[in-house]
Amino acid sequence: MAGKTLYDKLWDSHLVEMRDDGTALIYIDRHLIHEVTSPQAFEGLRIAGRKAWRRDANLAVPDHNVPTDAEERAGGIAGIVDPVSRLQVQTLDDNCEAFDIVEIPINDVRQGIVHVVGPETGATLPGMTVVCGDSHTSTHGALGALAHGIGTSEVEHVLATQCLIQRKMKNLRVRVEGQLSAGVTAKDMALAIIGTIGTAGGTGYAIEFAGSAVESLSMEGRMTLCNMSIEAGARMGMVAVDQVTLDYVKGRPYAPSGALWDQAESYWHTLHSDADALFDREIVLNAEDIKPQVTWGTSPEMVLPVDANVPTVEAQADEVSKSSVKRALEYMGLQGGQAITDIKLDRVFIGSCTNSRIEDIREAAAVAKGRKVATNVKQAMVVPGSGEVKAQAEREGLHTILLEAGFEWREPGCSMCLAMNADKLGSGEHCASTSNRNFEGRQGIGGRTHLVSPGMAAAAAIAGHFVDVRDFGGQA
Amino acid sequence: MKPFGALNGLAAPMDRANVDTDVIIPKQFLKSIKRSGFGPNLFDELRYLDEGQPDSDNSRRPLNPEFPLNLPRYQGAEILLARANFGCGSSREHAPWALTDYGFRAIIAPSFADIFHSNCFKNGLLPLVLNADVVSSLFDEMYATEGYRLNIDLQAQTVITPSGTVYEFEVDAFRKECLLKGLDDIGLTLEQAPAIRVFEEKWRAHSPWLFDVIK
Repeated sequence: MAGKTLYDKLWDSHLVEMRDDGTALIYIDRHLIHEVTSPQAFEGLRIAGRKAWRRDANLAVPDHNVPTDAEERAGGIAGIVDPVSRLQVQTLDDNCEAFDIVEIPINDVRQGIVHVVGPETGATLPGMTVVCGDSHTSTHGALGALAHGIGTSEVEHVLATQCLIQRKMKNLRVRVEGQLSAGVTAKDMALAIIGTIGTAGGTGYAIEFAGSAVESLSMEGRMTLCNMSIEAGARMGMVAVDQVTLDYVKGRPYAPSGALWDQAESYWHTLHSDADALFDREIVLNAEDIKPQVTWGTSPEMVLPVDANVPTVEAQADEVSKSSVKRALEYMGLQGGQAITDIKLDRVFIGSCTNSRIEDIREAAAVAKGRKVATNVKQAMVVPGSGEVKAQAEREGLHTILLEAGFEWREPGCSMCLAMNADKLGSGEHCASTSNRNFEGRQGIGGRTHLVSPGMAAAAAIAGHFVDVRDFGGQA
Repeated sequence: MKPFGALNGLAAPMDRANVDTDVIIPKQFLKSIKRSGFGPNLFDELRYLDEGQPDSDNSRRPLNPEFPLNLPRYQGAEILLARANFGCGSSREHAPWALTDYGFRAIIAPSFADIFHSNCFKNGLLPLVLNADVVSSLFDEMYATEGYRLNIDLQAQTVITPSGTVYEFEVDAFRKECLLKGLDDIGLTLEQAPAIRVFEEKWRAHSPWLFDVIK
């Protein structure tokens, strides 16, 4: 009999019951909650007279709607100017109080983007099943966890039963072998994978990222990679546990210590695919081939290396691609065939659950050091992923470097990744963004998003247009 | 959840691949703490010419005359014909809420994004997969025929066109049962509460560090 994949192991260890119809009841260890996708779930519980099955399995934190402007933020919930956002954040507080769920409130130093806070506090750990009403929950798979986004009905289901009804996914291994060249990051790796398999390439699969280039990534890099699994169509992405994982987890506030650590560690060492495990599909990329990536269109798969030219409608093979490229070029205000490096930027956003961790801020600061944001760039903002990331960056003096270069240094939150708070693009504006989605209108109606790594975003801010960060110098 | 009964409904087009959840319901409407009322903002950026806000009076906003759902021939549509990878992007259940609130009961496409697909079933909305060539021919017939209605029989797992062509489709047996009976997942799962408790105690013994830490 063939060995098990990491996904098989995580699935099997959480299987409460297989049912006759092929669905399974899967036990959920950690449920992360934020303000946008939870109010209707709590309302459902209230109407049915149900309570939380296991309160200590849940952790809530507001992130999507919170203001990142220091002055507005200082007022806490009452200070949120937009009344609709304020009500949503207040409702999270009220629901956590009513259902006795632990919440990290808006101005707690641990507050931040739920997918930064989870690993950082040790609330998410290797071997867990982790869910949250947010598709980027795949991030936590970097720890060797089975982690994926769920809808609001499932949020309610997990709160009430500590389980989900699931059907097992197929196994896809994406192996990236070799070494990334200097200035090329996990973000470029993620975008290159999506460019290769497409935004539906992972649909129906659980992805395991493997290979020497993945093993060489830091935990932050692995989180960036797993974060964007959903942009490749896969609900979940994961990386096997190794020493990098254990070193990251050790000492986190909610992580085990002492004898429990030893017990946990010996179990976590088993969390990798067996040598003879079978995958339904495998894709192999060569790390040396990956250059810094820039999305030119309105889907993450519309991505190219920075030294390429945007595609032309004529070069597309079929009518569906022709019309989607035509529509994307029109929306993005680009000419087919123009060089990516000729795209001028109006704004730059460094942040989001994809790229707002300490390593990302360091990467941006290394490029920005001693330089100035170009005059054609109206705003270049850096939004740390959590209060802890912000404090760490400030201890290292990174905020001073960024501020001196002309970047804004903001309070933690989701911010312009999806523009639910006041941070958004104007119509027609081009933005170099370290976030994860370049959909039409995502960062503001008519806004034009280009997804890049933090180093590429910082370099674009300084140059005023896209440049190859490898030629730009200064990267860490 | 309302049971999914017989459906003989008018079909309307969403003729683009990779329709994402930001297109289905833009983020400014996710601030609602309710489950209903999203219908007027379904496909908001395509449907209206101005920028919609949660407090806008949608009845006074300028409609995009070129958007199919604004055309008289598609008024009252209950079936959406769509292209590949419909519903990609976020996990927001506001997407199926907006579609059902508008009046859609089924979406036919060559493929759906996973989370959206699962969210549909929780809301009495049938995401129905037919192969891309069949979907293309349905689009062609719909464009050629005003008042184009499809008959969807979930029990028999068939779609029947006005000319009588029958297409069979696959659907997960459990989800089919829930849709047909309008069953509440949570109630069903809670019937297995003893099994969940047994698992939980076994798991606690195996991984005690996962319990009673966040309090």
